[in-house]
This record gives sequence, structure tokens and C-alpha cells, in this order.
Amino acid sequence: MSIAGHPAATVHEYQAVIVGAGGAGLWAALELARDGVKTAVLTKLYPTRSHTGAAQGGICAALGNQEEDHPEWHMYDTVKGGDYLVDQDAAEILAREAIDTVIELEHMGLPFNRTAEGKIDQRRFGGHTRNFGEAPVRRACYAADRTGHMILQTLYQQCIKHGVEFFDEYHVVDVVIEDGVTRGVVAYRIADGELHVFRSAAVMFATGGFGRMFRITSNAFSLTGDGCALAYRRGVPLEDMEFYQFHPTGIVGIGILLSEAARGEGAVLRNDSGERFMERYAPTLLDLAPRDMVARAMYMEIREGRGIGGKDYLHLDLTHLGKKVIDEKLPDITEFARVYQGVEPITQPVRVTPTAHYAMGGIPTNLEARVLADEQGNLLPGMYAAGECACVSVHGANRLGTNSLLDILVFGRRAGLSIAEDVRAANGELPALPAGAEEPVRAEIEALRSRRRGENAQHIRLELASEMMDNCGVFRTRATLEAMTFKLRELRGRYADIAIHDKGRVFNTELLEAREVGYLLDCAEASVAGALAREESRGAHFREDFPERNDTDWLQHTLAFRAEGGPDLRYKPVTITRFQPKPRTY
Amino acid sequence: MDVDLRILRYDPETDPKPHWERYSVASDPMDRVLDLLHRVKWEHDGRLTFRRSCAHGVCGSDAMLINGRNRLACKMRVDQLGRKISVAPLPGLPVIKDLVVDMDGFFEKYRSAMPFLINDDPPPERERLQSQHDRERFDDTTKCILCAACTSSCPSFWAQPSYVGPAAIVNAHRFIFDTRDHGAEERLEILSDQEGVWRCRTIFNCTDACPRGINITQAILEVSGAIMERKV
Repeated sequence: MSIAGHPAATVHEYQAVIVGAGGAGLWAALELARDGVKTAVLTKLYPTRSHTGAAQGGICAALGNQEEDHPEWHMYDTVKGGDYLVDQDAAEILAREAIDTVIELEHMGLPFNRTAEGKIDQRRFGGHTRNFGEAPVRRACYAADRTGHMILQTLYQQCIKHGVEFFDEYHVVDVVIEDGVTRGVVAYRIADGELHVFRSAAVMFATGGFGRMFRITSNAFSLTGDGCALAYRRGVPLEDMEFYQFHPTGIVGIGILLSEAARGEGAVLRNDSGERFMERYAPTLLDLAPRDMVARAMYMEIREGRGIGGKDYLHLDLTHLGKKVIDEKLPDITEFARVYQGVEPITQPVRVTPTAHYAMGGIPTNLEARVLADEQGNLLPGMYAAGECACVSVHGANRLGTNSLLDILVFGRRAGLSIAEDVRAANGELPALPAGAEEPVRAEIEALRSRRRGENAQHIRLELASEMMDNCGVFRTRATLEAMTFKLRELRGRYADIAIHDKGRVFNTELLEAREVGYLLDCAEASVAGALAREESRGAHFREDFPERNDTDWLQHTLAFRAEGGPDLRYKPVTITRFQPKPRTY
Repeated sequence: MDVDLRILRYDPETDPKPHWERYSVASDPMDRVLDLLHRVKWEHDGRLTFRRSCAHGVCGSDAMLINGRNRLACKMRVDQLGRKISVAPLPGLPVIKDLVVDMDGFFEKYRSAMPFLINDDPPPERERLQSQHDRERFDDTTKCILCAACTSSCPSFWAQPSYVGPAAIVNAHRFIFDTRDHGAEERLEILSDQEGVWRCRTIFNCTDACPRGINITQAILEVSGAIMERKV
């Protein structure tokens, strides 16, 4: 029997359970459906609401449809873009499998823009170059500026075609791991508040990122690090959490993304005097330098008083592109500028600032998307991860534009293939479920529901997001990170006493959103601890008190394990195959 | 300035029927309706329930009836609506709680029109070729985000809930006019059913409601045109 008269949870049995229905989860589901593996896909949204759909600019693959290109060049750009923290075996797979991935998307029906000969059209993107850094190359395959939307729709369509079983609006609230083996997940059905246990031989997390831990972010409200935090709480380490990317061009004040595709098509950043200031920071690639460098350059301009009107934003200028290019190639983002800023990008510059965009770190995996339990490379049986919640690591210290869409698909597929292989090897046997697997999380939920008085969790979230922006954003120092550590301890204490108004069972979003704040606190804790320890600057992690990269001491990945009194940090080496670290200039 | 915000509330666990509640909400002209809803939820009443995710008009979660028209809460600004704003759930769909409606029937209809590429030819080594002109032919209907603003604005759907509705037709259109697809016959057969395209009375509510600016009525006419052509 369970807590105070609650019925036991409904138990489902599946060979595989996928948590999250963005690109990574859907492609894995598709592989498993083709292979006849009984699979459930759980999502706290509807699949088509997943944040993959918000990706805009493109997906890179060295197709060479527009000019000469090679996977080796793509691999090099990825490694250099990631400031040499990239595991090069993973980057090689990413660049090589990109080609088949994009071709298969086309075969699935994805409506790419076309060249005059009817091939997939390609355009320039930040950090992607010809011949090891010579000049920008046309590598990004795209469908206007809604490439992610088309990928999400196309994969969902294929899942329908192949009869994938979805559990929409099932919010996963725990992962069951006992004796070092993953045994399933616990989900909260949003419609009626009932708990459902999914017993399974394979659990894949494809839960996306956690941009909501920052005040200004391009991320959806639902991106609260659920998968990372749930794994972390059950003893799984989180890798390289100190590397968080700020995208240069967010709409000022609200952070909605204006794709790098704008600069790929020729738009430029300008300061108060109208100067194209990237000429001073990245003389070769200019506005198409990697995002970490452009975001820092923007902050430097603002700090030195060259923001527009001396304020904290700059201009993205598309006015010289002309109406035709804008309407055909950038229709959505120009619409965002009209709706959310009230400016007409065909004739007026758009006000932009860097916006928190992408987590390079996450749940550590090997090249087959199997989750790693420690710094020695031991596996956690039955657990898989891919996409933004995972860290394989193809992005290292800074991700290149378009490589996230590629990552979710290449490693989502690899997760599906690994699961199929492991399920076959286990002859369809499911691991035993501990009695009352849902009781720990039920106790948490009922405690929250029954607390009569306490602070509103959303106030804690807003404070967290504001403090993280100031103390653990584009620039960090020991002082800001220590202040943030202290702040997190305080917020955690307050979080333990939150209360909610809504005591109901039906569609209780207040309860779930309060839980999400707890996930964000966990992700922030691991990020800040990693950032405080890492006394160097690399990629998106910029320590003003240690402004240089230090390969002697820090060419290594951080693994943060949950522990009393703050994370236990351990380290593992970076895999270097073809490209030795060099100074990173553009 | 303060906005006079009215929200149609309904909690199935406590309320016998839906009722309006009023809130005076401090706001900026550039605020979106979603910002106002968050302000109510976070500052006044945590029980207020609505779906939302991306907050910039691409995920399709927060379609609702705003000042009498189906709109996305994250795309409608206060300065477009004035100081009196009313918000209710999408019409014609069962209400679960407050602004949340049951979407299962909507998605079932979407799936019924085979919204996926059908082409059993062995795929070529590289991409299938498609001219820019042929790609352009179905561009408009690829934009759909399945928010249900169109279908739930359609008087024909209100009168006959078994009507497949504009969104399902839009997503069939996206494949019927794609040169790479071979499933047009099957889809046109499905849509020529009595619950298919003939229920459209060209009222244009769907086109007005679409937050992606898809010319939905035109797409429906093109599909019915294709059915007619096939019959002669």
C-alpha cells in the first residue's frame, strides 16, 4: 500500500522508454519503430511543441552543393569552434554522418530550399569555413528560417506513419535506478495528476536544455533541465556544465532569437557610431565568428559606452539585404522583429543583445549515446541520452551554429540503434522494478501539495535567473561565482519551504512549474561549481580573472557529482585525434 | 497602465460551470497577453491554468480566444488590443480547465488525413531533386504549427464536430502538392468524404485566425479543386 490511501501507480511495461519528443527523441523512436522494439515516447508537451521547432537557420552537412566542401573541414571547424574541448572522435562522427542524415531527412520529405538545379540549397553560418579557416563556406542546409520547425514536423510525421506510441502530456518526475541498473521512469499524467510507472529495459533522456536558469533567454518556458536534474539526483554526473552559450542576437529585453542565418545572408552588427565593430575582433570571419566571440565583443562594445545611445544593446542591420532576400530567406525572424519590437527590418535596424541559448554540457555519454556513470568511462546500464541534455562532447566549450540540429539527429539515431541492440541482447527481459518505485516522488509531490503556507516558487526562479545572468553569464570572476554559490545555497533553503495555491489534481501546472524550479536550481549548482573551479577562459566560459586558455591544466572535461554541501568535481581527458590545440583566432 | 483583463475560468474540481473573473493588471503596451496571464498566475492566483512553451509563436501551445478572435497569447500585444482584454478557451473544443482545451480529437483528425510523405520508390543515393518552382507550390502550408486556432474558429466545425477541419486539410495540402509525394489519391479520397472539404463554406474565419498567415481557405479550395479534377 502507499501513502495515505493513494492507489498504487499504474505500471506500464515497454522495452524502451524515451523521455522527450524533440528531434533526438523522435529520431530514436523512429529507429526503434522500424526495428519493431516496443517503445513509449513520453513528453510533458505535445511532440510538435518541442523546442527543436524553434531552431531557425539550418543544419550543416558538407554536401558541396554550392561550393567545394569536405567533412574534414566541418570536423575541424567544430573542434576549433569548441576551443579544443571537443572530443574529436565524436566530432568526426558528427561531420561524417551529417551527410547521410540530411539526405535521409530529404527522403523523409523535409522541404529544403533548393538550388537552381533542384538540389538542397546551402548558406553560410558562423564558424563554418573552407579549407581549415580560410573563409566562410556554404554548408548550412535550410528551409527558410524555420529549419527546426520542418525537422520536428517531418520526424513527427514519420513517427505517425510508423505507429510510434506517444504519451502526450506525461511529465516525467523520476528515474528509477537501483543497484546501478536503470529500471524505468515515473511520470505524472498532467490531465489527472495520476502517477504512472514505466518499467523498461532502456530509458533514453532527450529532454533538452535549461536556458530558463537565465533571465534573458531564447529558450522556451519548458526548458528547465528536467532530465539533467533527475539523472543528477540519482547519482549520474553532469559534464561540462560551466559551458553555456549566449547567442549574440536576441531581441533586446525578451531574448527571442534572431537567427545567425541573418548574418549568414549578409546582415552586420553595428555600434552607436554605425561602425561594423566585428572588424576589430575577428578580421577574417567578421560577423560570422563563433558565437562566444561575437557575444563577448558585443559586451565589450556596450561596456565601453558604444551601445546604441550608450545603452545596453547594439544594432543588427539587415537593411542592405533587400526585401526579396528577407522575404524569401528570413521571413520568420523579420516577423519576430515586427511583432516583438515594432521595427521594420527591411528599412530599420533591429535592437539586439546576447541571449542565453544553449548548454554545451549535460549527461555524459559515449559515442553510442550510452550514459557514462563516472570519469573512468563505466556505463550506467539501461540509460541513454542524446541532444541538448547530453554531452558526448561534440560542442566542447562552444557550439557552432547548426551543429545542435545535427547533434540531436546523429546521436538520437545512434541512441535508437544502441537501444535496439541492447534490448535484443537481453532477449526482451525487463529489469525488476523495486516495490513502490513511485513512492519517493509521490511523497515529494504530496508534501508540496499539502503545505499551507510558503514562498511562491516563481519568485525564486526569477531571482535565480537574474543572479545567474549577472554572476555566471558571458563574463565571470571568482567573486561573482562565489557570490552565486552563496546565493544558490540561500535559494535552495527557501525552495524547501515553497507552497502552491493549486491543490487540485486536474492539470495542475502550478505544481509542475514549481518542481521545474527545483530542476533549474540543480543545473545551476553544477554549472556554478564547474565555473568556479575552472581557472581559465575557454570558449563560452570566460573568467576575467583568468583570461587565457590553459591547456596544461584545463584541457579536460568536468564531471559534477551531486554531494552534500555542493558538487563533487572530477575530471577526465579530452579525446584528441587529428587536431592539436592551437591559438584560436578568426 | 492598467489593463482590465477578463478571463473565463473553470476548474472541474470546484466549479459547476465556467465564469468570468476580472483582474486589473499593470502592463506595458509592448507586453503580450501571455505576459499578462503569467502576471496573474505568478502574482495573484497560481491556479490560473493555460498551456505555453516557446512564447514567440512557433510551438502552437497558447492559442485562445482573445477579444473574440482566435489568437496566440504570445503574439498579441496590449497595444493591439486596448485596455479591455477578454480571454477564453478556444471555442468548439472540450474545456479541461480554464484556458486548456482537450486537443486529442484535433490531433486525431490531423492524423486521419495521412500527414506524411508517401513514396515507396527506392530513394536515390543523394537528395531527390525538386525545382524551386515546385518547392514554392506548397510552401504556405508547411508553416502550420497545429495550434488549432483555425479549426476551432470554423462555424462549420462548430455545427458539425465530425468535420475534419481546416488544419487537417492544410496538412494534407502540404503533401498533395509536393512533387515528391505519391499519396495524393488516398488523401483526396479521405477528404472527399462527407466530413471532408465539402463542409467548408468559405467563411474565411480560419484564414483570419491563422497566426502563421497561411491562406487556409485558398488551400482548402485547391484541395477541393483537385478532387473535382480527379472526378472528371
